[in-house]
Amino acid sequence: MSLPLNTFTQLENFGHSLKASCYRIQVGKTEDIQEAFQLAKQLDLTVTVRGTGISYNDVSLNGGGIVLDMTGMNQILEWDPASGLVRCESGVTLEQLWKRVEPDGWWPPVVSGTMKTTLGGCLSSNIHGKNNFRAGTIGEHVVEFTAMLPTGALITCTPKKNADLFYAMISGLGMLGVFTSVTMKMKRIHSGLISVDARPVLNLGRHLGDLLENAPNYDYIVGWLDTFAGGKSLGRGQIHAAHNLKEGEDPNAQETMKLSYQHLPDRLFGVMPKSLLHYFMNPFVNNLGWRAVNIAKYVSALRTHTFRQSHAEFHFLLDYVPDWERSFGRGGLIQYQSFLPKETAEDAWREMIELSIRRGLPSYLGVTKRHRPDKFLLSHAVDGFSLAMDFKVTDRNRAKLRAMLQEFDRIALSAGGRFYFAKNSETTAESARAFLGDEAIARFKKLKKRCDPNGLLESDLYRRIFR
Amino acid sequence: MSDTPKSAPATPLNPRRRGIIIGASIGLGAALARKLAREGYTVALLARNEEKLIALCNEINTDGQRALAFVHDVSEYEKVPGLLRKIVAELGGLDLVVFVAGVNYPPGGMDKYNFENDRKMVEVNLIGAMAWLNPVAEMFQSAKAGQIVGIASVAGDRGRVGNPGYNTSKAGLATYLEALRNRLTRHGVNVLTVKPGFIKTEMLKAAQGATPFAIEPEKAADDIVKAMKKRKQLIYTASIWRWIMLAIQHTPSFIFRRLSF
Repeated sequence: MSLPLNTFTQLENFGHSLKASCYRIQVGKTEDIQEAFQLAKQLDLTVTVRGTGISYNDVSLNGGGIVLDMTGMNQILEWDPASGLVRCESGVTLEQLWKRVEPDGWWPPVVSGTMKTTLGGCLSSNIHGKNNFRAGTIGEHVVEFTAMLPTGALITCTPKKNADLFYAMISGLGMLGVFTSVTMKMKRIHSGLISVDARPVLNLGRHLGDLLENAPNYDYIVGWLDTFAGGKSLGRGQIHAAHNLKEGEDPNAQETMKLSYQHLPDRLFGVMPKSLLHYFMNPFVNNLGWRAVNIAKYVSALRTHTFRQSHAEFHFLLDYVPDWERSFGRGGLIQYQSFLPKETAEDAWREMIELSIRRGLPSYLGVTKRHRPDKFLLSHAVDGFSLAMDFKVTDRNRAKLRAMLQEFDRIALSAGGRFYFAKNSETTAESARAFLGDEAIARFKKLKKRCDPNGLLESDLYRRIFR
Repeated sequence: MSDTPKSAPATPLNPRRRGIIIGASIGLGAALARKLAREGYTVALLARNEEKLIALCNEINTDGQRALAFVHDVSEYEKVPGLLRKIVAELGGLDLVVFVAGVNYPPGGMDKYNFENDRKMVEVNLIGAMAWLNPVAEMFQSAKAGQIVGIASVAGDRGRVGNPGYNTSKAGLATYLEALRNRLTRHGVNVLTVKPGFIKTEMLKAAQGATPFAIEPEKAADDIVKAMKKRKQLIYTASIWRWIMLAIQHTPSFIFRRLSF
């Protein structure tokens, strides 16, 4: 067994702001994973698991080491439209999944803002959606999974069987083993449409108040926050709250549930291919241009209205403009997402947003969500809210931005906050220790020793946070 | 070989580039190591002399700069693949490889021949470069990224009476680098050939006769890093050698073969 030099590949994070050259090994079946572990051990290299590679940070990068490309393990193994149970290989994407189950009247119980994620990646980061306050994280809907440990053992975990590994491998950042198959329960839908209420919120207090008070009345809730607005308008934005239609509410359910109805249009106004759109966005992705875009968006958000749209359109906003992240230019982008308890969130985020405006480093996109805690080992969730902020990275702003995000970390941690390992790229080992707690880290490391005695599984994120 | 811990992973706001310098303990290699570390590279330094290598690493490993030491003799070709893999893993990736290693054993007269010395020069200066840069080229071609810098010499531009073996090793290296460039440019990889004149290093002491336009190794390192940033293909350092060598290259053979340098 050898490692061909032409597997050396430069991989990136989703925002094109971080590059790492790794030996990429394509995985097609479970045995390939076992072979890769043997090879790594023999060559004294480490291994990281990677799906479609659209995390914002270094969780699926392993500079100078082996990266297992799981996208070849992408078979939907069993689908039972009667019970809603689906069993998939771990490289199956959310796109494959919803396209398979939706025409039968089901929808994945938890989805990310993009459909390009793989199930293995979703479980490793224990993703959440706009329904986190109600449905929890994706891990809460996993009935069973199988995983290959670096020892070569293939194990099966359920919430009852191997429960400690179940709750640690989901959220475990791919550092305990490699998911090979996942069984999940889908959620019933009675229409291809979802009913959305859109309304403006005038400031941060009302923004968070709306999320808090109205979440119980909806299935999904998400806020857009104008990160350029300061003063009295700080935190202004728009709430989109949605609920699934009940049986009979959609007279054309037969029609709207068809896959063709869920199609995201690939042309703007039916004319321009959306794949070109990011070139036209580029001139606006700067402090001045994007401020104008935010003002325009807020003005258009002032109208309170209710509308229906397809599930795909509602959930997968990040896929609306293909390659939109390219519009951020050569330095790419990063995302900073903090999860704060509902009691402290308003003050802490006011401080962060004011700081970012004062420093001339405004975030270009702010998204808020309502959350609830979960019992997975490396959990990011709190009983409160999250605010995700996108920042453009340039050669000139790196040092300033880094200093500011360190202050953000301090603000968030003193407010009892947590961070999400699929998003933040600058979290230090100290910050992670502060919110995870020594006990959780010790438990994680103990399980790691058990599953991976030779320390084969390592990512750039693991070295950043856990070593 | 290196006791230092693995380099801290790069983040988008704290990017690190990683470079290998082969032949780094003294002279131009050491100057390049200091310069590249200052430029934000994490550098792996290779040389035969462990003592000098460790001293240089200790000097560089202050205030955020990172250097790792690997004792290596470039004529031990069979060790290259394993060592390269180990270094790339410790660096956490690879963006740059600089081949500086070179030896010069002048025969000591226009009528002297020494096969052993000629062989050593070719083994280190040319075959050593091939042993390292072949696998590096394959990796960079596959990654569609990276930069290779090779230190050839003005001595390779013309076969002269003084040192046939050295001329040949450096001419071979320059041609090899050109061939790599022609293979790799289309894959987004830059190959820079550097042709120094005289640099005030240990090697200069071995040179016979006059050493005009000799420069400090730091000056040569500055020139090289500047050319790397511009992704140039060929530089002479000091730059005046471009014009001198232009004249020498165009000197007709019936004159050149009568000269005694």
